[in-house]
Amino acid sequence: MSSIVEYFSGLFTGIKSLLGGMSVTWKELWTKKVTQQYPENRDTLVISDRFRAELVMPHDDKNEHACTACGICQMNCPNGTINVLSQMIETEDGKKKKQLDKYIWDLGMCTFCNLCVITCPSDAIKFENTYENAVFTRSKLIQQLNADGSKLREKKKEVKPVEPKPVVEAKVEEKSAPEVKPEEPKAE
Amino acid sequence: MILNSSQPLELTNLTSWLDTTLRSSMPEFWALLIEFVLVGILLLAAYAVIALILIYAERKITAFFQARYGPNRVGKWGLLQSLADMIKILLKEIVKINRSDRFLFFAAPFFMIVASMATFGAIPFGKSLHAVDFNIGVLYVMAVSSVGIIGVLLAGWSSNNKYSMIGAMRSGAQFVSYELSAGFALMTIVVLAGTMQFSELIEGQRYCWNIFNGHISSIIAFVIYLISGHAETNRGPFDLPEAESELTAGYHTEYSGLQFGFYYLAEYLNMFIIASIATTVFLGGFLPIQVQGWDGFNAIMDFVPSYVWFFGKTAVLIFLSLWVRWSFPRLRIDQLLNLEWKYLLPINLVNILVMVILVLPGLTLKDIFGIM
Repeated sequence: MSSIVEYFSGLFTGIKSLLGGMSVTWKELWTKKVTQQYPENRDTLVISDRFRAELVMPHDDKNEHACTACGICQMNCPNGTINVLSQMIETEDGKKKKQLDKYIWDLGMCTFCNLCVITCPSDAIKFENTYENAVFTRSKLIQQLNADGSKLREKKKEVKPVEPKPVVEAKVEEKSAPEVKPEEPKAE
Repeated sequence: MILNSSQPLELTNLTSWLDTTLRSSMPEFWALLIEFVLVGILLLAAYAVIALILIYAERKITAFFQARYGPNRVGKWGLLQSLADMIKILLKEIVKINRSDRFLFFAAPFFMIVASMATFGAIPFGKSLHAVDFNIGVLYVMAVSSVGIIGVLLAGWSSNNKYSMIGAMRSGAQFVSYELSAGFALMTIVVLAGTMQFSELIEGQRYCWNIFNGHISSIIAFVIYLISGHAETNRGPFDLPEAESELTAGYHTEYSGLQFGFYYLAEYLNMFIIASIATTVFLGGFLPIQVQGWDGFNAIMDFVPSYVWFFGKTAVLIFLSLWVRWSFPRLRIDQLLNLEWKYLLPINLVNILVMVILVLPGLTLKDIFGIM
C-alpha cells in the first residue's frame, strides 16, 4: 500500500516540480538580454573602473610624473614586463641624482596582476580601463609610459605640519629595503 | 463545407483548377503522373524550407531563453543565417571514413530522410493540401516514422566508432521504448474518434477538438504523446544519444557535409512532424476555432486560411517543445527508461481503458453537450 502511495506522490510531486521549472524558464524568456553588442555599443558600454587593461603613468599639466626610477616595479614584475631605464644627472648643487629616462612596458607580456601598482612607493603608475588595445604588430604592444620631456615632480617642501607623510615614506623604504636584499643573492 | 465561397485564401480552387486543366488536356495517366511529380517536388521543397525556418526559430527561441539575442548578423535579425549555414554545409567535403562499412555508412542517412519524408507526406497541411490520406493514416504514420531508427542504428554501426555505436544503441533503446507510448497515446484518440483516417479525424473535430472531447483521458494522452514524441526526436532532456560531453555527437559523429545535413534536417523535421501530428490528432488540425451556433464568429474564423491555422497550432507545440528543452537537465539512461516503462506505459494502458469507459456510455463532451 505504501509503495502505491509513494508511486503516486512521486508522480505528482514530479509533475509539480517540472511545472515549477518551466515557470522559471518562462520568466527567463522575458528578461532583458544580457548580450553586449560590442562594436555598436561602444558609446554606452560601461567598463568597470577596476578593470585592468592598460598601465599608464599619470602626468600632470606641467608634464611631470611621480616616478623616481627606483625600479621596484621592475623587480616585482613576475614576467619581466617592465623595464625602467634611468640615467644619472648632476643637479645644480653638485649632487648626483637618478632620473627616469624611459619607462618601457610590454603589454604583450603583461598578466595584469597589478603587483607593480601595489608596490610603487610613489604611486607613479596605475591601471586604466581603456581596453581597446588590439594592434597589428607585436612591436606596437611595447609602449613607453613617460611622456617626452617629462620630469619628476618636485616634492612640496612648504607642507611641513603634515607629519604622517615622511613616516609613510620611511615605512615604504624600510619595507622595500629587505625586499631588495634577498633578491640580490638570488640574482647572483 | 457550407462556407467554401467565403474562403478566398484557400488553395482548394488552385489545386482543383490545376487538376481539371491537366485532365482535360491529356490522358489520365499523364495527368496523374504530372500531379504526383508536382506534389513530390512541392513536398521536398517544403521539407527543406520548413527545416530552415525551424533551425532559425530554434536558435532564436533558444537564445531568448538564455537571455541572448541569437543570430542577428546575417540579414535583418539574422534571418538569412540558416540559409548561409545550408550553403556552408553543402560545400563541405564528404569525408570517407577508414575501415567503416562504406555502403551502410552512406545508405544510413537515406533511411532517416526517407522515413521523415514519408511521414511528412501524410500530414494534412490544410484544406486540399494533403498528399497521402490512407484510411489507416495514423497507423501509417507510426509505422513509417519508425523506419528512421534503422538509419540511426546503421549510422552507429557502420561508423566504426565507439561513440557512434553507444549513441546509436541509446537512441535505439529510447526510440523503441517511446514509440510504444506514442502509439498508445494515438490509439486512445483513435478509440475516441473511431477512425484512423486523418481527414475524418479532422472533420470530426470541427466544433470540439479531441483534446477537449475526451476531457481527462484526452489531456493525459496529449501530454504523454508530447513527452514520447519529444523523446523520439532525441531532443530536449532526452538528448542523451548525442550527449556531447560523453559521446561527442552520438550516432552522427563521423558524418560530414551533406550526410550530416541529412541528419540535421531530419532531426528538425521530426520535431515538426511530431508537433503536426499532435496538432492533427488532438488540436483539430487545420480547422479554425469554431463554436457551434456562433455562425458569425465561425465565418470570421474561416477567413483565416486553413494552412495558417495548421502552422499556427504546430508552432505553438514546437515552442512548447523548445520550452521544455531549455527547462530540464538531461536524463540518465536508467531514468529515461524508468519514465517510460514505470510511468508512461502503465498510465497509458489505464488511460485507454478510461477512454473506452468514456466513449461507450457516452460521457465525452460531444455526447454530453450534443455537439456535432
